[in-house]
Amino acid sequence: MYEALSSFAQTGGLVYFFLIFLGALAYAVWPKNQSTFDAAARLPLEDEGPVHDK
Amino acid sequence: MAATSLMPRRDTSSILIVGGLLAFFSLLGIIIASRAVDTAMSIQALTFAALTGIAFVTLCLWAGSLVDRDPFDSREYEDTIVKWGVAASTFWGIAGLLVGVIIALQLTWPTLFYFAEHGWTNFGRLRPLHTSAVIFAFGGNVLLATSFYVVQRTCRTRLAGGMWPWFVFWGYQIFIVLAATGYLLGVTQSKEYAEPEWYVDWWLTLVWVIYLLVFLGTLWKRKEPHIYVANWFYLSFIVTIAMLHIVNNLSVPVSFTGSKSVQVFAGVQDAMTQWWYGHNAVGFFLTTGFLAIMYYFIPKRAERPVYSYRLSIVHFWSLIFIYIWAGPHHLHYTALPQWAQTLGMTFSIMLWMPSWGGMINGVMTLSGAWDKLRTDPVIRMMIVSLAFYGMATFEGPLMSVRAVNALSHYTEWGIGHVHSGALGWVGYISFGALYCLVPWLWKKQALYSKSLVEWHFWISTIGILFYMISMWFAGITEGLMWRAYNEFGFLEYSFVETVEAKHISYMIRALGGLLYFAGALIMSYNLFRTTLGHGEASPREYSPSEASRRTPALQPAE
Repeated sequence: MYEALSSFAQTGGLVYFFLIFLGALAYAVWPKNQSTFDAAARLPLEDEGPVHDK
Repeated sequence: MAATSLMPRRDTSSILIVGGLLAFFSLLGIIIASRAVDTAMSIQALTFAALTGIAFVTLCLWAGSLVDRDPFDSREYEDTIVKWGVAASTFWGIAGLLVGVIIALQLTWPTLFYFAEHGWTNFGRLRPLHTSAVIFAFGGNVLLATSFYVVQRTCRTRLAGGMWPWFVFWGYQIFIVLAATGYLLGVTQSKEYAEPEWYVDWWLTLVWVIYLLVFLGTLWKRKEPHIYVANWFYLSFIVTIAMLHIVNNLSVPVSFTGSKSVQVFAGVQDAMTQWWYGHNAVGFFLTTGFLAIMYYFIPKRAERPVYSYRLSIVHFWSLIFIYIWAGPHHLHYTALPQWAQTLGMTFSIMLWMPSWGGMINGVMTLSGAWDKLRTDPVIRMMIVSLAFYGMATFEGPLMSVRAVNALSHYTEWGIGHVHSGALGWVGYISFGALYCLVPWLWKKQALYSKSLVEWHFWISTIGILFYMISMWFAGITEGLMWRAYNEFGFLEYSFVETVEAKHISYMIRALGGLLYFAGALIMSYNLFRTTLGHGEASPREYSPSEASRRTPALQPAE
């Protein structure tokens, strides 16, 4: 039981984390996201007040 | 029509709930104090009752003085809490560094403040006071203040939760006072960086979960569609610390009116849990939290966009995926299974890459503005903090290698390593953030004195170098002495000889600490004069966009 559970956790965990990480990597290098990231890189430079609903 | 649209509905329910909670906790403190089974608990419970009671009365007086004013006006950022955070950071920073200098002197001259009959100021009690004060009181307040500042600006919305952020801030200060006075009284559960006993742990859990909710609530109502990378780093810090804190502090109180508790884990499981906590406290408190500061304050101060936003995303995910496994490197050559030690070592070496990726991203953000390194000492301080970060994150993986660890572990090299990270990286990036925040928050053109920042920078940097070099020297010396055998196969040196060999190094270390402390004093003086508007800190004019925002009555009604 311990062997079965631990091997499932170890192998499954490795695959699971690796896939999530690949997902994050794909998101980071996806060409379509470039414009979002260019805008985001400048986010700290904006010095505006809060946007509020009147 | 215009008047009603300018007067949004006030929601003061959070004031009532926080007030009720404080009154409840104050009463609870009095009840526990009256039934306390040990003296330490009665003192701690009374302290708690007094502090929550003061908070309750202050809240009532403040709420009564509000009249028609909306204290949580969504047209303004919540900056008052950030100001308090800056003040608290500076105060606890000075206190924590001072205790550090005292214990460095105690190690050099052991009879200093040593009283056999009263344990309050003995090294064993002051040492956790120092570590907790600098990590949790100073570092924690810097993270609270900057996270509240950054999340509002990058989400373009006011902090969520009305009164709750204030509960988080003052609740955290109460945690610090309880932990610190507890150490002096001798209350400890003897876990590295997690010394406070069960009741302080429970209180911190409550405060921390509310901190998480305030942060998530602010992200939830953000007006900026993209969640800026600094907020990811802050979020990982808050979530992971909650998880680490709860698991590492699983214990059963002996009595609900006593200060003692029994740990749930024992033996090697306990050791592994502690270092899983301990190393990730370094990873997620002292690293990701302060990287969030880097990703906001360096671009902001340098007026340059983040060098590579893509790299920042890869940096974030690789760092958090790898860091969490590195803890077992603290347990080489122990009862921990060899495979677990090797796993910790392997992940520590892999950690080098995301660490340096992040460092490069921070330094390269200065592209096109390299002259600021020469002209702006605040920028220089933050970039030098990254240099120390790079150095510490190179040294760390090296020391995690089993063969190197055989020499370095349990020696002063470890102390030198953590201080190059703590003084160089955490300290300098925090000082940089404080130097930025004070003129911004108090609406001043500049700091009171730029040359005092130069003095702070150079005095502290020399202090760090004294500290690091003396500890490398002492650590390698004692490491080699411990493993030296004579011709008959006996140990060459007795333990006390290895202690004696470090005496001069200890003196130099204490001098280094004193210089660093002096630098922090200069900073607090400079910051204080800045808030008063002295010297170069003349009041800042509003930019036109700010001015129109601040007088909404002049805007046409929509």
